[in-house]
Amino acid sequence: MTSAERKEAISAFIFLIPFLIWMVFIMGGPILAAFFLSFCKWDILTPIQFVGLDNYKEMFFNDPRFWKSMGNTAYFTILSVLPGLVLSIVVALLMNQKVRGIGIYRTLFYLPSVVGAGVAMAVLWKWIFNADSGLLNYMISLLTGIPMSDCPKWMASEIWSKPALVIMSLWGVGGSMIIYLAGLQGIPTALYEAAEIDGANQWQQFLTVTLPGLSPIMFFQLIISIVGSFQIFTQVDVMTDGLGGPADSTLVMVLYIYQKAFKYYQMGYASALAWVLFIVIMLATWVQFRYSKWVYYEGELRK
Amino acid sequence: MTEQTIASPNAAPDGFWASKRRNEKITKIVVSVLLLIGAVVMMLPIAWMLSTSFKTRTDVFAVPPVWIPSPLHFENYPTAWTLSGMYAGEDWSFLGITFHGITFTTYIVNTLTISVLSCLGATLSSSLVAFAFARLRFPGRGPLFLLCLATMMVPAQVTMIPTFILFKNLGWYDTFYPLIVPAFLGGGAYNIFLMRQFFMSIPYEMDEAAKIDGCSNFGVYWRILLPLCKPALTTVAVFAFVYNWTDYLNPLIYLDSNSKKTLALGLKNFVSLYGQDYHLLMAASLLVSIPIAVIFLVGQRYFIQGIATTGLK
Repeated sequence: MTSAERKEAISAFIFLIPFLIWMVFIMGGPILAAFFLSFCKWDILTPIQFVGLDNYKEMFFNDPRFWKSMGNTAYFTILSVLPGLVLSIVVALLMNQKVRGIGIYRTLFYLPSVVGAGVAMAVLWKWIFNADSGLLNYMISLLTGIPMSDCPKWMASEIWSKPALVIMSLWGVGGSMIIYLAGLQGIPTALYEAAEIDGANQWQQFLTVTLPGLSPIMFFQLIISIVGSFQIFTQVDVMTDGLGGPADSTLVMVLYIYQKAFKYYQMGYASALAWVLFIVIMLATWVQFRYSKWVYYEGELRK
Repeated sequence: MTEQTIASPNAAPDGFWASKRRNEKITKIVVSVLLLIGAVVMMLPIAWMLSTSFKTRTDVFAVPPVWIPSPLHFENYPTAWTLSGMYAGEDWSFLGITFHGITFTTYIVNTLTISVLSCLGATLSSSLVAFAFARLRFPGRGPLFLLCLATMMVPAQVTMIPTFILFKNLGWYDTFYPLIVPAFLGGGAYNIFLMRQFFMSIPYEMDEAAKIDGCSNFGVYWRILLPLCKPALTTVAVFAFVYNWTDYLNPLIYLDSNSKKTLALGLKNFVSLYGQDYHLLMAASLLVSIPIAVIFLVGQRYFIQGIATTGLK
């Protein structure tokens, strides 16, 4: 290493100090600490007790609420991610057309995803899902003629509470729509011209140019949105007053972890739950990488 | 494709281009109609929220609903403002000055303090770290950056409990520190990634020219690259601000006393106590969301460009 190189490495290290502190104390250290805690019993007040695999045994063989929360989380993830993917691409395709007032449409579609994450919107949706006088049932009965009393009870029903969460999450579709839109605009027009000269119709152009061009972004978005769906918390906590009801039908993983850690102070058990969530997310991500042959990278052709 | 299909546009009858243009026109109309329907669906909840916030307690539950109540009950807003505080007998302080009576104002001041400082921290520190990853050579750069990206897969809940215990032992429980300090330590993998991608798109010749003129590495970062990165910086700043403004889980864990609560916690509290007063809840929710909407509308020109150029590959 020359002295200039050493100097550069030293200044890089100085630039990285905040990141390294974060990596050690707020990310890496706590991950390992949580792993250690998951083999312990601890209520913060009394000393930590090592209990081996007890937490995991309890979880897998003796805790129906754990399985319930896993099932609910998986249900929500599967039902929200795929429709979200399709819907955001469809909207992005529409947005990519040159029609009047496109800037306004872009704002209107994107706005809900910006304001939509917090407590305020959860409160709004709680009201929209109100079975007797909420907006959703009113619109359903207006469009289909079904009386409001026969409409789904949404957050008051064991069957409809999870679909309600899915509907709410689809309202935030604008966030990924913007990213697909940017992706669409990044596909070289020359490719479309070439396809047109080859006689491809609109649909064929979509299949052979648009979809492959978007696939790296779809891949990235798929991973990010699955990770995000696994972590749904705020909306459920606000709409069900922290209970995950009715009858645990919206008890999702993070809510269960929160309950165990900060309501019952079972820090060891909560850490074990968090680690299981972590492993499930890593597995889901790994599977996606494993089956990512469908992703087309333009750069590969240049080799 | 075959020769025949290549030749087909030229061989087409005179009507071909006319019908193609007509098709394009039809497509445009269909797209416009679909977008209009979509926009109405997206805006309906907001309109509903606005409408409810001007009603009386009894009008709220009327079926079919009245979209434009008459008269408009503007007083719901000041009522929500004072009621959401509820702790008239408690004190709170800002910059060392003590105020009497906790209201919505307390929550706004607390949330603004946290959001502005975190926003500043995330913007500064993520660009600093991203600069090192994008522009400086050092051993282990590739693996370290990969590690940084990998942290995006780690659910916050895994680190939540040990981090909570760490901050509690530092005496930071029921203070704003756990909500602000982490932002100054890199601002999270996503922001670092975004900034790095943006730095990478700026020609390296800029740095070299500045270095020949005697600029230090920090000078290159501060005086050359940062001014060129306004779209990316705005993106990070807006996301960080919005994230902290709406964050719920972290304040829920770390803040305890009423005088420290943020808007998100105050609103949640309000829901627990006035769960059926939807006219007040909607007024309060709107008040909480308006700043976000304004920031979004002002900043969108920059940060949509920021996402477009950096957030993808």
